[in-house]
Amino acid sequence: MGWSTRQKFGLACVALALVALPFVLAMAGTAWVRITNFAVLFVLLSLGLNIVVGFAGLLDLGYVAFFAVGAYVYALLASPHFGLHLPFWVILPIGAAVAGIAGAVLGAPTLRLRGDYLAIVTLGFGEIVRIFMNNLSAPVNVTNGPKGINRIDPFQVGPLNFSASDNFGGLTFSGPIKYYYFLLIVLLVVIVINRRLQDSRIGRAWVAIREDEIAAKAAGINTRNIKLLAFAMGASFGGVAGGMFAAIQGFVSPESFILNESIMILAMVVLGGMGNIWGVIAGAVLLSFMPELLRYTVEPAQKAMFGRMLVDPEVLRMLIFGLALVLTMRFRPAGLWPETRHKRELDADRK
Amino acid sequence: MDILLQQIINGLTTGSVYAVVALGYTMVYGVIQLINFAHGEVVMIGAMVAFSVIASLAGSTLPPLAIVLAGVLAAIPACMAIGYSLERVAYRPLRHAPRLAPLITAIGMSIILQHLALLIWGRNPLAFPQIIDNPSFAIGGAAISGVQIAIILLSMVMMAGLSWFVYRTRFGIAIRATAENVHVAALMGINANRVIAATFVIGAGLGAVAGVMFGTYYGIAHYTMGFTLGLKAFSAAVLGGIGNLPGAMVGGLLLGLVEALGTGYIGEMTDLCRWPGAGSGTGWMGERCADGEHFVLFGSNYQDVFAFLMLILVLVFRPSGLLGERVSERA
Repeated sequence: MGWSTRQKFGLACVALALVALPFVLAMAGTAWVRITNFAVLFVLLSLGLNIVVGFAGLLDLGYVAFFAVGAYVYALLASPHFGLHLPFWVILPIGAAVAGIAGAVLGAPTLRLRGDYLAIVTLGFGEIVRIFMNNLSAPVNVTNGPKGINRIDPFQVGPLNFSASDNFGGLTFSGPIKYYYFLLIVLLVVIVINRRLQDSRIGRAWVAIREDEIAAKAAGINTRNIKLLAFAMGASFGGVAGGMFAAIQGFVSPESFILNESIMILAMVVLGGMGNIWGVIAGAVLLSFMPELLRYTVEPAQKAMFGRMLVDPEVLRMLIFGLALVLTMRFRPAGLWPETRHKRELDADRK
Repeated sequence: MDILLQQIINGLTTGSVYAVVALGYTMVYGVIQLINFAHGEVVMIGAMVAFSVIASLAGSTLPPLAIVLAGVLAAIPACMAIGYSLERVAYRPLRHAPRLAPLITAIGMSIILQHLALLIWGRNPLAFPQIIDNPSFAIGGAAISGVQIAIILLSMVMMAGLSWFVYRTRFGIAIRATAENVHVAALMGINANRVIAATFVIGAGLGAVAGVMFGTYYGIAHYTMGFTLGLKAFSAAVLGGIGNLPGAMVGGLLLGLVEALGTGYIGEMTDLCRWPGAGSGTGWMGERCADGEHFVLFGSNYQDVFAFLMLILVLVFRPSGLLGERVSERA
């Protein structure tokens, strides 16, 4: 796809802004860089879920389970818990593979059935993974139960430690800033993979299945395998994000992987526009910064009006996610930034 | 005490509750071929409303049974109203949309209901006031409590009542006709919208009673209880064959039994020290198992896993359920 000069200029501006962003944020406080990092993680998760829900039209309500699998794989292989300290470039692929296999194993029995069964089974699976994380501390201590695993190794590239600060050319690169750049690179790779997938034979098969499974089958698509592929691929993206989460956080516990997280990621995908990569990214950014937004608006507003907190921002956040799901599906089913597949087709005709 | 018999009694009790909740899933599914995702939350609200009424009347001079009855009678209309609005907000406007759409709105509604309940009733578990004395009867070496008997009997009555309604009344015929074929039923002069709304409302009413039963049995209500309960009841409905009323009843009872027996025996069954050869050997296992020690792989804390395993097994080996028709791949 050729880009006009104007598009190239815009792209360069966006790239420059993204590169400069952490230093601007760091002026307001390192906490903001951390918040941004988590936002990028959620963008990654949403892009992973988008493959399953957006491209292939399979409703996965336990997506956080794959995130959890990735996080625990990293935690177990790079912490004093088992005394293993593998480097991250070894663990992240392992995490992706384990999560992908988990996705395939879960998908295999259910993908033959109707979509809503898959939704319920994934919902249950998310819960089961949490139960196992909570209880696999006896008789052999694997997950350390509800206490979770801490002192997880940060990323380390040669002498470059991601938890320490370094100075390069007068600029201070704190830990979160280094993670930010790493996440940005991963995000770029994931976006490229997603774009390539979307236009590939597999991507078109996914969309065909989403639109009409019977017709897709009649057109010679092996619907079961292609669906399984979507499921496993989405899961492995979740696994990679989980590994990075464990490293950034330095600590994992079952508490981070509850149903509400799955719903949150789903809300990001649905609000932004299922199937549209840029829409999903926008949705994820919007909803991941929302808690901060609420913290600075709703909390003071409530205190000023009633003298105390009536609605906990955390509860308010979940209510907004629920509303976002309902209202988006009712009034803008394609999301705030709908997929432009039809537009693209028309453009292709004109060329 | 006879543990086997005791677990069977406990299993039948929880199984009855699952069955009543499963009826709500299966009725809606039978008519619109969609899962009512928010049904578990409706059951939870039923328990919460009943709790509020019972707790506020607990200090009065009314007879205890009347107080509980008041709680149930308050919960039923509240849940029916929620069931109706669910249909109007999340399902009806999207009836001709792709299948994914109503599922997503229903998920949204259940999150909203859950967190509204959190706002109203708070984050902590609510303990049901123990106002009725709960006598215990001995049968064959096990004990059955008055509440257990009441739950089992009440569930039977409700299932019988629902069966009579669906199979013997005019409106029941309309429901079955709509389940068979919406369009043809509409041509016969059946108001499909009314029938569909009715299945949501009836399911919610049953769910309200189930919520109260569950709350009184465990003595506790919590804003997250609808999630697990809903998941289990759905598994029960699938086990019996979704869309099939007798199936939901059988599936519920069976699931209750499997769960109770599984939870009761899994500790012993996965205790490697009891396995022949493992515990008596000399190696590492032998040392671990010396002096009657245990090496339990999975204990009773895995209780909630059984329903899910059952669901997966049914979906793999008999997706149509025990009594159901074939579940096709219709997308």
